[in-house]
Amino acid sequence: MITRTLRLGALAASAAAAALVLAAPAQAQRDPAYEAARSGGKVGERTDGYLGIVGAADPALRKLVDDINIRRRALYAQKAQAARATLEEYAFTAGCLAIARTAPGEMYQAPGGAWQARGSGPAQRDPRCP
Amino acid sequence: MRSAKLTHKHAPRHKAGMRMRAAWVMVMSGAGALGGCITVNAPEEPIVIELNINIKQEVIYRLAADAGNTIEENPGIF
Repeated sequence: MITRTLRLGALAASAAAAALVLAAPAQAQRDPAYEAARSGGKVGERTDGYLGIVGAADPALRKLVDDINIRRRALYAQKAQAARATLEEYAFTAGCLAIARTAPGEMYQAPGGAWQARGSGPAQRDPRCP
Repeated sequence: MRSAKLTHKHAPRHKAGMRMRAAWVMVMSGAGALGGCITVNAPEEPIVIELNINIKQEVIYRLAADAGNTIEENPGIF
């Protein structure tokens, strides 16, 4: 009986830990600094699935972008492994979708590599994008 | 030079014909190497290697729904 209770307790604890691990990377909303950098056109969505600095890079902006890209990369790696794809394939696919989801005025990278401001129409994307 | 007679049936003549032919081929290839020099110029613009070129469209289509969910589930970093 005691062992059973103990086992149940251990189960509950591990479940709680798993929930915490799963919940940790998911963030409810964008950081205000990130949101401002996006809408201000200082950062943009790159074709490879990562965030890029559009104009001059200051240390604070560099840190913000690096921080997000490190977290994106970790997420891509995990999801790519689960989907039996390479990190690059998964990241590129996410890039296609992230570019499609940019709001008017936000920046994104066109297939040629140049930064573009998203207009009211569809974004210029790689022909392989879904 | 490469007459049918020389390469025909008779073993010694046949050999001689082969030797002649080999010599002729060597002369011809030597002439080709001397006269047919090809000059290759390096392009002016830098060569851009497109690293994403190996990613296939079918793979992207297979991953699209999954990647869409990932983006929606992580609004803080997208």
